[in-house]
Amino acid sequence: MSGHESTYVPKTGIEKWLDTRLPIVRFGADYLSLPTPKNLNYWYTFGGILTLCLVTQIATGIFLAMHYQPNTAMAFASVERIMRDVNGGWLIRYVHANGASMFFIAVYIHMLRGLYYGSYKAPREMIWILGCVIFFLMIATAFLGYVLPWGQMSYWGAEVITNLIGAIPVIGEPILIWLRGGPAIDNATLNRFFSLHYLLPFVIFGVVVLHLWALHTAGQNNPVGILIPKEREAKDTVPFHPYYTVKDGFAVILFLMLFSVFVFFMPDSLGHADNYIPANPLQTPPHIVPEWYMLPFYAILRAIPDKFGGVVAMFAAIGVLFVLPWLDTSKVRSMRYRPTMKIFFVILVIVGVGLGWCGGQLPDAQVVPGMPSFTLIDGQLNSYLWLTRLFTLYYFAFFGIIMPFVGLKETPLKIPASISEPVLSDAEKKA
Amino acid sequence: MTFSIRKLALSVAALAVVGTAAPALAEGGAHHPRSGGFTFDGPFGTFDQGQLQRGYKVYREVCSACHSMDLMHFRTLGERGGPFYDPHAENPAANRYVRTLAAEIEVADIDTETGEAIRRPATPADKFPNPYPNRTAAGAANGGAAPPDLSVMAKARHGGADYIYSLLSGYEAPPAGLRMTATQHYNPYMAGDMTPFWDGDPEHVPAGGFIAMPPPLTAAGQVTYDDGTEATVDQMAKDVAAFIAWSSDPKATERKQSGIGVLAFLAIFAGITYASYRRIWKGVAH
Amino acid sequence: MAESVVTTDPHGEPPEGDATRRDFIHIAAGAAAAGAGVMVAWPLINSMNPAADTLALSTVEFDTSKVAEGMQIVITWQGKPVFLRFRTPAELQRVIADNDAPDLKERQTDQERTKPGHEPMLVVLGNCTHLGCIPTFGAGDFGGWFCPCHGSHYDASGRIRKGPAPKNLVVPEYEFTAGSTIRIG
Repeated sequence: MSGHESTYVPKTGIEKWLDTRLPIVRFGADYLSLPTPKNLNYWYTFGGILTLCLVTQIATGIFLAMHYQPNTAMAFASVERIMRDVNGGWLIRYVHANGASMFFIAVYIHMLRGLYYGSYKAPREMIWILGCVIFFLMIATAFLGYVLPWGQMSYWGAEVITNLIGAIPVIGEPILIWLRGGPAIDNATLNRFFSLHYLLPFVIFGVVVLHLWALHTAGQNNPVGILIPKEREAKDTVPFHPYYTVKDGFAVILFLMLFSVFVFFMPDSLGHADNYIPANPLQTPPHIVPEWYMLPFYAILRAIPDKFGGVVAMFAAIGVLFVLPWLDTSKVRSMRYRPTMKIFFVILVIVGVGLGWCGGQLPDAQVVPGMPSFTLIDGQLNSYLWLTRLFTLYYFAFFGIIMPFVGLKETPLKIPASISEPVLSDAEKKA
Repeated sequence: MTFSIRKLALSVAALAVVGTAAPALAEGGAHHPRSGGFTFDGPFGTFDQGQLQRGYKVYREVCSACHSMDLMHFRTLGERGGPFYDPHAENPAANRYVRTLAAEIEVADIDTETGEAIRRPATPADKFPNPYPNRTAAGAANGGAAPPDLSVMAKARHGGADYIYSLLSGYEAPPAGLRMTATQHYNPYMAGDMTPFWDGDPEHVPAGGFIAMPPPLTAAGQVTYDDGTEATVDQMAKDVAAFIAWSSDPKATERKQSGIGVLAFLAIFAGITYASYRRIWKGVAH
Repeated sequence: MAESVVTTDPHGEPPEGDATRRDFIHIAAGAAAAGAGVMVAWPLINSMNPAADTLALSTVEFDTSKVAEGMQIVITWQGKPVFLRFRTPAELQRVIADNDAPDLKERQTDQERTKPGHEPMLVVLGNCTHLGCIPTFGAGDFGGWFCPCHGSHYDASGRIRKGPAPKNLVVPEYEFTAGSTIRIG
């Protein structure tokens, strides 16, 4: 099961009895004693933070489900009943709603860390791919969940996104009717979205177990990006517990402080006011936008003039992540030692934030107000439409062109022979 | 070139902060709302019980003729932080002010013995009655536009209570050159785009939009305040906006106060855990 | 001065002198974590307690003159059945005589269970105090009610006389408001 041998020795009678029948204590002890590189920085605490987020969402979700009514006539009022009448309901609801945002903040940082330190490269491809599966399931879960309060954004967001399925040629329309349970989004849709929203987090949980299994098999990566051979384990690693359990715990508390600022002082700031208007199928809100964490993909969707092309591009933006291990040709894992790639990575982060910003704007709106421009094909050059297209181009170019090309051509910096080396060298310099 | 990840993180965070800063012009070309100077603004804000009582009176005597508050119950008025909270009442439903206020209002019910539709005085357990039997009737009685429910109106509009206050007290005579219809009223705080209706200088389209509601607060003294406060249009607008802000979020004060406690606990917990972490890692070069 | 790399032993034990379970700071951190756990668990568990709308007392009013002598009418209050029984003079006499009966598990006089001036009218919740079934009117050995689920016998004052039920039928909070009208709750 693991990449390192089990060092657990059962001591008490119960432990011995269990060990030959169901070795869960061994499993736990091995998990906690995993030799972990000792140079992990705080970017590596987000895995633990994500586990907290998943547990929090499931726990609060189960208790919300005790009061929520998945019926179009009662859904909005049932959420408000939770906010007003259920003991502590306001807290559980705000934790769940803001928890989704926190989950995505953490997952984006976690993914960028994996990208930067080359954690997707051999032998860790499966960890990365399973992570992409988790990310995709998270987006699906979040989309389904946002429909449940049955506000204006819930309804119209569902309308827009399910209509994309209709864009698939030939089979799109029948699938759309099947998905919605009728010609329009109505009670049938809401009920099944609730059922699926309850289901998917447990699927995510299962994939997380596989994700951690793959991690323990291949071993934890580190900022230097080198594999740690067996003979260096004693010098270069520490057991996961207590070194990283406590460090992760500390990071989790800091994360909870940020979480608490949102939940207790600005609980609706990451949402949209229009979702406090009960859903009205006969009136479209002026701007339909998804939650902030889906804005980059929404931007890519709208950047392509063809409806089906937009759908393909949006899914390709996630799909390209799955094949990342094979797109990168570099022999060096960590971008710490890849100065050229590092620059492109920084630009990618800026482009990602930029795409998110564009997703929240009207495509026709001017990027630089007042600046004169001309029409290019189907829109003004000085418009969010073309800015989004520029960003989308970079996004796909990063994965499809830059990564393979730079990996082959760049000259990496000298990589230390072991992870203890950089520490000793600095210390020796001080002495 | 050295490009530390730390610097990158800080610049992204800075970008995000700048990006979310409020734009100069509010939603849909309307004027930015004026501040109502509300006591409940900010992380330490609380509702002013007197203001909430006055606001309830304005809602009851002016707004409830057309606007429902379907998610509000009479007993909520007696909750802690609410307008008629009484610490001596054993629970909000037993609160005598709540019982009296409820009994002043009639609600529809079914006779328990004959099954006929009747009207009876409300009890604290009842919801605020809806002035119309259904949404279609509400629209039909108001020129096609159903008056929106006000229960969560402060959360349903950008600007919240400030927006509601500005809208109610901000009706103006339409500028010359604005094509009006009989059913629409001009309000500079209402979201909208006046360009298609504007005959004047295209560089200076008036801010605001058309709203189907005529100015509801027209004269000082429209409502008589029991605490002697002068009921100017401005005051009534502020008070009813505060009441709507409370009804949108009755747990706001409880939420903010528990937040301070939670953050204090987490800060101490973080300190202890950090000390534990440093102790564990002492002597390990990393 | 350079910090030396401290070698750890093959089992990954922490360096000597640190991180032993006994260190106060670790106990403090653990205790704070336990406290945080309780702070998290409590709102979740408390959310299952009755919500404010459930707790808000609902009242029901009923005109008891509709109950014929010797009969009962059943109404609903807070989701439970309520028996309104108009006892005949004979029944009333019998239950008053039984005020000191030796087989009363829960000693109560009939007068304690009715309102002064309205003694013949008995208002009780119609759930057997054993496991909640609804007892049958007029059956049983004591002229009151008989619960078919496990054989509890109640007299015409709703007191348990024989069978597994531990307590008398519950008298809810009620009052006569005007004439023969009662308000329950």
